[in-house]
Amino acid sequence: MTGEVAVLGAGMHPWGKWGRSFVEYGTVAARAALDDAGVDWREVGSIVGADTVRGGYPGYVAGATFAKALGWQGARVTSVYAACASGAQAVGTARAQILGGLADVVLVVGADSAPKGFFRPAGGERPDDPDWLRFRVLGATNPTYFGLYARRRMAVHGDTPEDFARVKVKNSALGALNPYARYRKRVTAEEVASSAVVADPLRLLDICATSDGGAALVLSSMEFARRRGVTEPVRIRAVSTVTPRYPNTMLDLPDIATDSAVAVESAAETFRESIARAAYEEAGIGPDDLSLAEVYDLSTALELQWYEDLGLCGEGEAAKLLRDGVTALGGRIPVNVSGGLASFGEAVPAQAIAQVCELVRQLRGAAGDRQVAGAHVGISANQGLFGHGSAVIAVR
Amino acid sequence: MSRSRTPVIAGWFTGEGDDFRLLGTRCSACASVFFPREDICCRNPACPGGELREVPLSRRGRVWSYTDGRYRPPSPYVSDPELPWEPYALIAVELAAERLVVLGQTVPGVTVADLTVGMEVEVVPGVLHEDAETTWTTWHWRPTGVAT
Repeated sequence: MTGEVAVLGAGMHPWGKWGRSFVEYGTVAARAALDDAGVDWREVGSIVGADTVRGGYPGYVAGATFAKALGWQGARVTSVYAACASGAQAVGTARAQILGGLADVVLVVGADSAPKGFFRPAGGERPDDPDWLRFRVLGATNPTYFGLYARRRMAVHGDTPEDFARVKVKNSALGALNPYARYRKRVTAEEVASSAVVADPLRLLDICATSDGGAALVLSSMEFARRRGVTEPVRIRAVSTVTPRYPNTMLDLPDIATDSAVAVESAAETFRESIARAAYEEAGIGPDDLSLAEVYDLSTALELQWYEDLGLCGEGEAAKLLRDGVTALGGRIPVNVSGGLASFGEAVPAQAIAQVCELVRQLRGAAGDRQVAGAHVGISANQGLFGHGSAVIAVR
Repeated sequence: MSRSRTPVIAGWFTGEGDDFRLLGTRCSACASVFFPREDICCRNPACPGGELREVPLSRRGRVWSYTDGRYRPPSPYVSDPELPWEPYALIAVELAAERLVVLGQTVPGVTVADLTVGMEVEVVPGVLHEDAETTWTTWHWRPTGVAT
């Protein structure tokens, strides 16, 4: 086992489409996390920022941007980018610094200000960038990839559009209870079915929006937490940030083709499965030990995929798990009790941090109407572009 | 006025009509195939590293999955904002010999209603878009049961 770090504080800026700078969202979230921790910003030895590619230069140096906004105080600074897994890599970096003795207290911050409509690549003529190529050559937006995965599940596992809609119904009911969620309205299966098709077979209400938002965590050594009199903090026990293994035979964003399995047989487990397995191994637990899971429901169908990738059920059994209420609040393993991306929309560098914020609230027993009874082990999981993915396991 | 025909990306496909093929590269040491072409070094971590040679890919494959784009994609996809958006289908095609999956647009006129997972499709030359001087060419997937 690698060793644990304590979560002293968690803070968020509400998700929405506020039209303001990511710096504001991140700073609000950071101050909330520091307040929650009872830690003065000047005590923080290191700040790790999860970058946004949408804020110009300040977005690429997010750690320094937030440090300046909070008031320069000499802390060590790091900025990381890993697409949708940026926030988890920031947590992983902070943990490594704490366990390596480089800092006692680390502030992790991620925030984004999202454009209207589809995410798009950086400008210019850049045929050496797979993200640019998929738009230029195919017009393949993110939702078209989600559509491919959803159709594949329908063909292989017999999932139906009604199964997908059920995910939205579940998550929207939970998001309605979460003051940080962007969408606070319950959605019916009929509303999903009557929303416009975006990328067949997925409809508008199957696909997560892009949002503004900010999230932050104050992490510390277990020793620092003890000195502060925090005897039973939420602890981070695993941060998985593994890469795929060749050949990656799953068509992942933003690729136009998979690796070839002609010379090397593909591994028995997929990339997403390996992300979860690495986290379980590091934490010394298995899927049966989980109280709850926060997964990256970029689409309703992808939430079902995660059930299988996390080992909550066997391959092809996710829709049944959902239909049986196992992943609902009150079920054996509630998934996305925060409301998920269905209720938040994605604020890329903040999202994986927000997932951990929800785990923290749940493990503290402070989630109010969304509380998972007796929650003591939680996992978050996500996947992003360019071979990035993450899973964080928190315990209390 | 005649436009010149230019591939949207150089070196990804070649030929006309029945001779049209996607082009990848194959490692001379481990036989791994790469599309889009890999010209720097073999990406098989167990391979000592061979020479990467251009190789045409199989013309036919089977539909791994499919979808469509009902809304206009952002730039750098080129479309005329003056015209109403015409959705097109995208197919991910599994090539048995190369054991990889390649994405592509379908030929115009084929919609998701015409497609099923497992259906056989073949690669054909296609036009991505045209401007004043240039016809930008690409590859399209066409169900083998459908005539042009």
